[in-house]
Amino acid sequence: MSLTLNDVKKVAYLARIAVNETEAEAALHKLSGIFCLIEEMQAVDTAGVLPMSHAQDLSQRLREDSVTEINQRDCFQAIAPQVENGLYLVPKVIE
Amino acid sequence: MLNFSLKELADLLAAKKISSVELTTEFLRRAQALNPHYNAFITLNEDLSLAQAQAADAMIAAGRVQPLTGIPIAQKDIFCAKDWRTTCGSKMLESFISPYDAHVIEQFNRAGAVNLGKTNMDEFAMGSSNETSYFGTVKNPWDNAAVPGGSSGGSACAVAARMAAAATGTDTGGSIRQPAALCGISGIKPTYGVVSRYGMIAFASSLDQAGPMAKSAEDCALMMNVMAGFDERDSTSLQREPENYLRDLEQPLKGLRIGLPKEYFAEGLSADVARAVEAALAEYRTLGATTVDISLPNTKLSVPVYYVLAPAEASSNLSRFDGVRYGHRAKNYGDLNDMYSKSRSEGFGAEVKRRILIGTYVLSHGYYDAYYLQAQKIRRLIAQDFTAAFQKCDVIMGPTTPSTAFNLGEKSGDPVSMYLSDIYTIAVNLAGLPGLSIPCGFGDNGRPVGLQIIGDYFSEAKMLGVAHQYQRVTDWHQLSPKVM
Repeated sequence: MSLTLNDVKKVAYLARIAVNETEAEAALHKLSGIFCLIEEMQAVDTAGVLPMSHAQDLSQRLREDSVTEINQRDCFQAIAPQVENGLYLVPKVIE
Repeated sequence: MLNFSLKELADLLAAKKISSVELTTEFLRRAQALNPHYNAFITLNEDLSLAQAQAADAMIAAGRVQPLTGIPIAQKDIFCAKDWRTTCGSKMLESFISPYDAHVIEQFNRAGAVNLGKTNMDEFAMGSSNETSYFGTVKNPWDNAAVPGGSSGGSACAVAARMAAAATGTDTGGSIRQPAALCGISGIKPTYGVVSRYGMIAFASSLDQAGPMAKSAEDCALMMNVMAGFDERDSTSLQREPENYLRDLEQPLKGLRIGLPKEYFAEGLSADVARAVEAALAEYRTLGATTVDISLPNTKLSVPVYYVLAPAEASSNLSRFDGVRYGHRAKNYGDLNDMYSKSRSEGFGAEVKRRILIGTYVLSHGYYDAYYLQAQKIRRLIAQDFTAAFQKCDVIMGPTTPSTAFNLGEKSGDPVSMYLSDIYTIAVNLAGLPGLSIPCGFGDNGRPVGLQIIGDYFSEAKMLGVAHQYQRVTDWHQLSPKVM
């Protein structure tokens, strides 16, 4: 498998990271080396092996469906880039 | 006093021979004097530290003393601490003042410990040299041309240079053990799930684990007693009876079976590191332990598996940094997508972006089975290697790193060579096992060598005892570098 410049641009778009042409080319070079390393995995026969997502195979805990958080809007919005009347401001999404 | 153990400091404080304000001031003065050169701290905040020291003195006066009350401890800047700037080594969080405490911070606060400052680290803990920090590189106090290791490089430097009595770190692929080894200190990554991840800024959630970094195994054990414990706010926190991690410190080693994985002593290991580790093993045999050859055949695969799983989880975790609720927002942008893309492009450094791109790619449509699922399957094979090995031995030992600290700039242009330097530590995270590093000598260049001790699940107390027994008869852990 070899990565193309288009792959890098497409993935950068999916990840919402702006890259210019120079950055995309630099990324392609470094990522190709990393994917060469990752390709070593493909030679391993894993037929019948269960995927492992966590070290301890425990089921997730459940809790009562009750409100546990208190309202801390002022505290949280004090560190926001842009707020107005208790709302987070972003560019207009719907015309 | 800067060289005193946590126990010695606690005794002085309890006997009122020194106050926490005096002790904290002494460490702060040293940190302030050395930091311009070493860059171990991203943030020092004398007012916040001294306020905690005063509160600790009041606790002591009222007779409410716990083992760490009044002792100044440096916190890795990955832990959210209320009212403290918490940057995670990133421009993205350059001016983020945390509105809440991480569980680890709460635990230290409850114990009356003093937060001495927030230590430097690789950006979002992604790195093995501390060179990806937005706030600049950290110098290794043993040799200023060398890296301190990473990602908990600032914590390792602060403890090694005696700027803090002890520090915290986090370890996703070796980020406690590798810098501990490279800076000549002791550090332990506990079993996954033992320390809560709540408020610890997430890198790869199925691997991240916090732990202590200190001058000795005994100090680490004291800190484990504070850091470990169930927390319902972390869905992977384990519900277990509280443990006393000091309980096995005085256990003799007679009959201990030490497994030596042949893969950890193979090609790629520097001769000077091998020599120091062999000498440590000889010391263990003198103490009554026996060594047995074992094999961890999938060791080599741990690096590619890690560089699929960790970036995949990171790309998901770091999607929260969008410039809307907190963190960096670009100054000029068009529509919403443009705001996201520019804010993230400006806020993240090169290595973080690289890992987000890898993660996004391996999780994208059509590639999931070939990469993510295959990596998770090999992860199980790696974990099974350890299960088989622990049939033959009680602990596993080997080098923490293939070489002593490399030079600043030596590997920063070549990510693959940087990644491969974590070959002995990564598998432990994938398996979720506890791993510890203690100093065991010096390489040809005068830089420290770390001995890694890997234990079975939940055997931290035993491992700390195994390390402590070695430290009773050796003095590597008591040596400190000559600082400026």
